Amino acid sequence: MTITTGSATQLNVESIRDDFPVLKRASASGAPLVYLDNGASTQHPVAVIEAMSDCYRDFYANVHRGIHTLSEESTRAFEIARDTVAQLLNAASIVEVIFTAGTTAAINTVARSWGDANVKQGDCILLTIAEHHANIVPWQQLAERTGCQIAFLPVDTDGKIAADIVRDHLERLRPKMFAFTAVSNVLGSEFPVAQWTRLGHEFGATVLVDAAQAVPHMPVDVQAWDADFVVFSGHKICGPTGIGILYGKESVLESMPPFLGGGAMIRTVSTNGYVVGELPQKFEAGTPPIVEAIGLAAAIDYVRSVGLPAIHAHERQLARIAIDALSTVEGVRVFGPPADQRAGIVSFVVDGMHPHDISQWLDMRGIAVRAGHHCAMPLHHDLGVPATCRASFYFYNTLAEAENFGLAIAEMQRKFARRRRT
Amino acid sequence: MLTGEYAERILLHYEDPFHQGNCPTATHSTFRDSPLCGDWVRIDLVVTPEGVIDSAWFDGEGCVISQAAASILVERVAGMTIEAARQWPARSLLELFGPGLSPDRQKCCLLAWRTLHAAIDCPTAYDKLPNEK
Repeated sequence: MTITTGSATQLNVESIRDDFPVLKRASASGAPLVYLDNGASTQHPVAVIEAMSDCYRDFYANVHRGIHTLSEESTRAFEIARDTVAQLLNAASIVEVIFTAGTTAAINTVARSWGDANVKQGDCILLTIAEHHANIVPWQQLAERTGCQIAFLPVDTDGKIAADIVRDHLERLRPKMFAFTAVSNVLGSEFPVAQWTRLGHEFGATVLVDAAQAVPHMPVDVQAWDADFVVFSGHKICGPTGIGILYGKESVLESMPPFLGGGAMIRTVSTNGYVVGELPQKFEAGTPPIVEAIGLAAAIDYVRSVGLPAIHAHERQLARIAIDALSTVEGVRVFGPPADQRAGIVSFVVDGMHPHDISQWLDMRGIAVRAGHHCAMPLHHDLGVPATCRASFYFYNTLAEAENFGLAIAEMQRKFARRRRT
Repeated sequence: MLTGEYAERILLHYEDPFHQGNCPTATHSTFRDSPLCGDWVRIDLVVTPEGVIDSAWFDGEGCVISQAAASILVERVAGMTIEAARQWPARSLLELFGPGLSPDRQKCCLLAWRTLHAAIDCPTAYDKLPNEK
């Protein structure tokens, strides 16, 4: 995928910001809110809030259950939401779109269902060291159950992994599963998903792509990627929490046993047993996140109306402004690839300053960033730091906010970094 | 201006801490860490045969709040009996530290308090850090 970055932003950010009520508020210190914690979760436009409240107010009922007006209207909106997701991803069929509780639940579903059916002692699961815990721990649990091995691809000092490193690991280890993130939630690295998927398939691996930091920020075409599974969360694309997507190729999903058992996922149940239902309900036991699906569809419609190529270019520009500003501050170390090759995620440390203290300093100036290990402890161990600060941008962030973030770090360094133990 | 939890008093404890370092005559010692941020604190206690904390020392790495709180704590517990230290409530350290700590930052502050309570029950075993010889 090639995305060109224009020198000027194509988005009318001020008009976009009018759609997000929370962006008008102040922080606890009274300073205007500068929300740079989008890697953790994003804010919601009025369109999403109203789509969800409209459902609760006007036509809410359980789906696929009742032959009555409300249930039929809810079911229709719920299935339109599935179609909206399928279109966003360019899925070949809407039955390839499974509603889950989030990215974590989606990966756990694959590890439990596909993993237990296909992985045995001595098999290998290949990950990258840059994975979120959600794409590590489910495989470690699979290893506990089966005795399989887990291997990690290393990242270089630029936050990248060369194709020959990937090829060497695949050739040597012949993993059953190659599961990797499309965009690192710490480094901002954008990994070449289509290329890695092709390599994975060449060596017989099934491929899962953690697209939690990709789908909200760039055009994604699952057929062009050709991955067997692609997962992402609603709340990182201006949608609600409690909903995520497991995309799977129809043939792969068909071959898998169900994971959770209960209502909706069955064709029939008797005292002697049950018969599994069809896709996608086969993987949607219990009452699904109905209103959340409707909210997610409204979020996707909103984000697509803004335009994912323009969003990607804008975020890259914001990251460049932030990195350029940080590079002038003494003692700052920014992790990840060069600014023109990364997503809108900027993780850094300041010599002699603890990330929590940096975060607190920024909060006093209204700037919300995340401090900690960002659910990526193995990566932080690899980077040699226990924690980092992370500014993560979205399309509603302005160029001025990125500049002010850089100025605040410079001011903090001047006033505070000399206050250290002697 | 530095305000609230970064008040001058706290920064002074951070820059010039009370009883920071290893106490070779410690009778009780252990360390605790916070996996969330990698901060750690070790508390060394010199306890008399009568059960009184003759002196307390700390070492550690971490944010201003966790390290300043450790300095405040070791200054305060000297002279307490072991039993009094065991009963010394977390809110007392929060009060000594001062107002303005959010619930998340209270955890940073209380790392030293958790370590003190663990150290009271580590009379002979000296828990070395993984990278310590």
